[in-house]
This record gives sequence, structure tokens and C-alpha cells, in this order.
Amino acid sequence: MEPLKPLDELLLEHPFFADMAEGPRKFIAGCGRNEVFHAGDYLFREGEAADRFFLIRHGSVAIQLHVPGQEPLVVDTLQGGDIAGWSWLVPPHRWANDARATTLVRAISLDGTCLRGKCEEDHSVGYEVFKRFIPVIAGRLSAVRMQLMDVYGNPAKRG
Amino acid sequence: MKLLTRDRLDELLLLLREEGYRVLGPTVRDGAVVHREIAGSAELPAGWRDDQAPGRYRLHHDGGRELFGYVIAAQGWKAELFPPERTLFTAVHERGRLRFVPAPLDDDRRALLGVRPCELRAIEVQDAVLRDGPYPDEAYASRRGNLFTIVVNCTRAAGTCFCTSQRSGPRATGGFDLALTELVDDGPHRFAVEAGSPAGEAVLERLGLADATGADHRSVDDGCARAAAQIKRRLTSAGLPEALMANLEHPRWDEVAGRCLNCGNCTQVCPTCFCTAVEDRPDLSADRATRTRRWDSCFNPAHSYVAGGVIRNNTRSRYRQWLTHKLATWHDQFGHSGCVGCGRCITWCPVGIDITEEANAVRQGA
Amino acid sequence: MLPRPFRIARVRREIRDVFTWELEPGDGGEPIAFGPGQFNMLYLPGIGEVPISISGDPYATTLVHTVRAVGAVTDLMRKLRKGDEIGVRGPFGVGWPVVEAEGCDVLIVAGGLGLAPLRPAIYHVLANRARYGSVAIYYGARTPADLLFRKELERWRGRFDLFVEATVDAADTRWAGRVGVVPNLIDPRVHRFDPDHTVAMICGPEVMMRFTVAALQRHGVPDARLYVSMERNMHCAVGLCGHCQLGPEFICKDGPVFPFDRIAPVFHAREL
Repeated sequence: MEPLKPLDELLLEHPFFADMAEGPRKFIAGCGRNEVFHAGDYLFREGEAADRFFLIRHGSVAIQLHVPGQEPLVVDTLQGGDIAGWSWLVPPHRWANDARATTLVRAISLDGTCLRGKCEEDHSVGYEVFKRFIPVIAGRLSAVRMQLMDVYGNPAKRG
Repeated sequence: MKLLTRDRLDELLLLLREEGYRVLGPTVRDGAVVHREIAGSAELPAGWRDDQAPGRYRLHHDGGRELFGYVIAAQGWKAELFPPERTLFTAVHERGRLRFVPAPLDDDRRALLGVRPCELRAIEVQDAVLRDGPYPDEAYASRRGNLFTIVVNCTRAAGTCFCTSQRSGPRATGGFDLALTELVDDGPHRFAVEAGSPAGEAVLERLGLADATGADHRSVDDGCARAAAQIKRRLTSAGLPEALMANLEHPRWDEVAGRCLNCGNCTQVCPTCFCTAVEDRPDLSADRATRTRRWDSCFNPAHSYVAGGVIRNNTRSRYRQWLTHKLATWHDQFGHSGCVGCGRCITWCPVGIDITEEANAVRQGA
Repeated sequence: MLPRPFRIARVRREIRDVFTWELEPGDGGEPIAFGPGQFNMLYLPGIGEVPISISGDPYATTLVHTVRAVGAVTDLMRKLRKGDEIGVRGPFGVGWPVVEAEGCDVLIVAGGLGLAPLRPAIYHVLANRARYGSVAIYYGARTPADLLFRKELERWRGRFDLFVEATVDAADTRWAGRVGVVPNLIDPRVHRFDPDHTVAMICGPEVMMRFTVAALQRHGVPDARLYVSMERNMHCAVGLCGHCQLGPEFICKDGPVFPFDRIAPVFHAREL
């Protein structure tokens, strides 16, 4: 059993919030709560309302696409230190894929509706949040583009 | 400096032949001056003059007796030292075992008569590539080691020459066995002769020639100065490699690619281009295969083939490779330019693309 | 340079299109001594010759090559069996900086078949483990079925003095490992290295190397200690045939392995 730490301190340990000023961090912490997922649990499923996102503290999460009649396709895996989910930022706020714990996962979830409200209320908080999400989104996009190139495929059999 | 009169030129050739040399020199064949084995000075292109311009080469006879009145032969001497095709080895498969039999090396002694100063420089440039690196080409080194070079300095220039920009002519300053300058202006038809090596000295000694006079010296100087003055093309070398490599995306590359036919003539007549491709020729019994090396060209799409594709897949990138290698990256690789200013790539380009003009355009637009 | 006959002593099927040969001299001569990252020219009489990196242990006497059937020559090579003979010339080229890396943390980053030319460097580092700081192997492949040397990777993963992480571009849920691109495996929070005293050896498709170099630069590893292995057309392997030029470099004799600061001026040039 790990000792209970204030949520604000846990946020501080996560790289996503590591260099955020105390004011906005405490403000945001009000929207968060601790969560535990067991291997096989879904953090979220495609199509469901995207009302939160996750700061993964420990464990790993597979981002999956559901294909009818087939095994789900894993397109990305996330680890401690990563964040999962940005559909809460993008209307109509529905998850675009599945996120499934592949090990025991400890995470902090942040209430998206609450956070969206806070971002509207104080744009400097909104800027802090967006400044941290954009590089993550850009990094994922760039990775997906590289995966799309199928660089390891047999070049003689391409095209 | 000594004097060799025209009527004693054959004595020189005979003497070289006695020393075991095959004498090769310029001769007229199919409307062009080419290098062939010659039996005597009668085969030299007496009275023939060449008219060279971008995309143009014509011979005409001026009725005179000058043996080296043409400026530069259609091909350099590359084919003698670095033949267009050479067998490397034969693979023999016998009773499940494999064995490799090397092709014999050519150790003929060759005397090259009529090497122009820029062509001598081209041989030195190929020496650096093929002989003086960590992995010498044995076949080249063997032919090169048995060479006797007789330079004939230039007393006139062709319209495509730019040796003065590449410091390779019109007069050779060293690296030859003998250097002749043909004098026809005043007095008897004669050659001023200098030796540039112990082998050259020995030949001069055996010929027992008279010393050249002060007037002969002046004639040589005047002749070479006249050639230099006729050269109008300029290529400024200082800073050129950096300017070219800094402008790999210059619009001029697209512009020249619009004119270039991608024929590769420039690489085939260039006396320093050294790219080769290898191919296998299996015999019908399938237990013997010959591995052969042929001149290749960076204008062939297959030149830059890698698994799954071709890196330089258009004329723009291929022309750029040829020019930047010759004038820029050659410096990084070998410490000097890969161009000797002979102008052949300009003459033999079917659309008259001029390397000096292209390089200057890329630099000026920088 | 004349090839020497070598006999195929063993053929191992690796993943699809890929096989490994163990070769022994067919002329009774000495085995080929090589440095990690060097390559040989493998010759099939009557068909052609291809440059293939050496994938075996530099301390062993058997010559090991891992080959992907990707063209006319290698397609036919795949049909050869134990006891058949081929021609071998080599070794050629400048390999991995295993000596320069002594005293440093070592990051080995491989993509696809790029693990084959890096394997001799891994063997060398493991055989001299005390001479290096922390050592990590990051490996990316297309799918779990495309992971080369998978058993060996699992064995290495079991060592306490080695960090091993593999990722694939796509997988189904039976794959318990990472999905994503190999540069994203490099995370100093997960595996520590000291950027000022780190040597990275990177081999894979050029696109993968571009992304990996960018990631390592972000982590603070200087360009002079990022080593990449380049690939171009090779015929002669000794800098004479002109085919493998990349700007001023002859990939065959100046490389194939280059410190990134040396290759950087032409690394991003197109169609060069």
C-alpha cells in the first residue's frame, strides 16, 4: 500500500505537470482523482463520452482500434509518465479509440468537463494545458506518420 | 631544351619501339582525331585542324604540314590506361567446389605520343583515384607503371578549352617523360624537346640532339602564350566547391535538366570519370562465369539503385551529381578538382551544355 | 580483389524473407577477421554480388551473414543449401565505434534488419561489459513476427546489466510489448544515460535513423557521438566504382558507419 499523498503532490511527480506553477497546478488538481486499473480493464472505449483524461503514473496502456470480426489492432502503447486521451478537448468529446490496461495501471484522471470550465474561466490555465497537450499530439502524429511509411517492409515488395 | 627536327621524329619512335614500347598517337579516323597504335609519323594528322564549339566537332585540312595542328582528340587517353571493358576474373565450378581465376594483367609498355598538358593532368587525376588510394586498381597500376609519356604542348586552343582556369595547360610543367613543342612558324619544321624524367633524359641522350637556341625558347613561349590568350572560357575555382554544395536546391539545376538529354556523353568523354559497373556472364554450361567491369555513368538511373528504388531518379539530380562531383566533392575526396578543363564535355554534349556556364550560374545565383 | 570460396555450413530461417548463413572457408585458408559493422561482398557466380553486413560474433571463427531476399541475387541465395559454395570478398568499411565508446554509456538503436549489422557490436560490448557504462538496446520492427533474433533479444533482456526494449509498428492484443516508433523508446526516465558520455549506434532505414537522431539530439547527445550506418549502391566495395557516393563520402570505404556530425551536411539533402 503506498502512502497517501495529496493529489497536488502526485501531479507534481508527473512530467506533464512537473514545471507548472503552483497556482494553476492547484487549480487543476481540483478536477483530479486517483484511479487504478487491472490488466484487461478499459480506461475508455471508442464512441463513449470523453469526459476526462489520464496521467499514467505506473503500468502500460494499449491504444487499440476495434475491427469487427478480428483481433483488435494495437497502434500505440503508453507508459508511466505519458498521458492518455485528448478527445475531451475536441468536440463532440467522444473517444476515438479504445485504451486498455495491459498491466496494473495507476493513474490520475482529470475531469474534462471540470477542466474545460476552468480553462474557459482562466485562459492562462487553458494556455498551460494546451502547451502541454500540443507537443504530445504532435509527437503522436509524427510517430503515426512514420508507422504509416512501413519503413521496415521489404522494399522490393512495396508499392 | 633540345631541338628535334621533323625528319628525325621517326628516329624517336623507332628508338621507343626498340625499347619495347608500343607507340600510340593521334591519327584521323572517321572524321575525328583518335588515338591508335602508329607505325610512323606519316600516320599523324598532318595539316588537320579541329573546329570545336558547344555541341560541335569538325575536322578540316588546312593544306599545311603541322602534325599536331589539331587541338584535342575526341577521346583522351583514358581508354588505354583504364579500358572501357575489362575482365576481372573467371569463376569455375568443379565437382561442387568453387575457384576464382584472376584475369592476367596487361603489362605492355606503352608510349603515348601527343599527350596534351590537360590530358597529362587527367592521368594524374586518375592516378589519385585508381592508383594512389588504399585499394589500388591493379590493372590500372600495371598499365600506368609501363607508360612513357610524350607531351605535345598547345600552341593554339579550341573554342571549348579552359585549361588555364584549371591550371593544367597550355604548357606542361612536369610529370612527363618528354615534352615537345611543335614549331612551324619560322625556320625548319622542328620540335623543342624537354625531358621530365630519367627515362626521358636517356632517350634524348641516345638521340644526340642539338641544343635549342634562344629564339627557339622564345618561339615556345610565344606559342604557348598564344594558346592561353585564345582561351575565353573561365571557371573560377576559389570558393566554388562551397558555393556549389551550398546551392543543391538552386533553380539552375532544374533549368539545365530541361536541356540535358541524360545521354551520358559527358561522362564517356571525360578523361577523369572513373565510374564502373560489374556484370556477370555465365557460360552455357553454367559451371563457368566471367565477371566483367565496364565504364558506367552517373547518368544511368541504375547508378544510384538501392533495394527498392533509385536515389537519383531524375535528370536534375543526376546532372547535379556529375557537376558537383567533378567540381566540388572531388576536392574533399582527393584534394583537387576532378576537372582538367579539356572541354570535351562541352564539345560532345549534343545540346551544347557548358560546364563552366552551369557552374558559374549556380555560383552567381547564390 | 578476388573473392574466396566459402562453404555454407548452416542455414537458419529467421523471419519472413530473411535467413542467416554460417560460412566456412572453402579454400582451407584463414577465417575472415572483422570489426563490428564491417561488411563483405557475397558473390553468386553468374548472377551477381551484393554487400552484406557481418552479423556474427567478432570473437568466433565462423563467418555469419544475415540476408534478406530483396532482389535477384538475394532471392537466389535463399535457395542455396548447406554445402553449397559462394564467393566472399572482405571485410570492408569502417564499422561501429566500439573502442571509442569504452567508458561511455552505449545506446544501440536498431530498426528492422538494422539489428543484423549491430549484433557484432552487441557481442563485442557484452564480451567486454566492464569497459562500458550503462548499455541499452532499443529495437523497432514492423510486427511481432518481424522481430529479428527474437530468442536472443529475450535472452539479453534477462540480463541485469543490459536494458532491452522492443517496439513494433502494429500488433494484435497477443503482443504484450510496446507499440510505436523506436525513437519513442528512448526515455532517460526509464533507462538512464549520461548524454555527455554516451555513444549511440543507430542502424535502420534512413527515415527511422532521421527520427532517432532527432530524438537523441533532444536528449542532449552530441552529434559527434551519434553514429549512423548509411546504405547506397555498392559494386566494388573499395571506393573505385563511384556508385556509393553520398556527397563527398564513399559509403563503402569511408563508411558505412559515420559519426552524425560528419554526414550531417548531406544527411538531409534530397536525391544526392
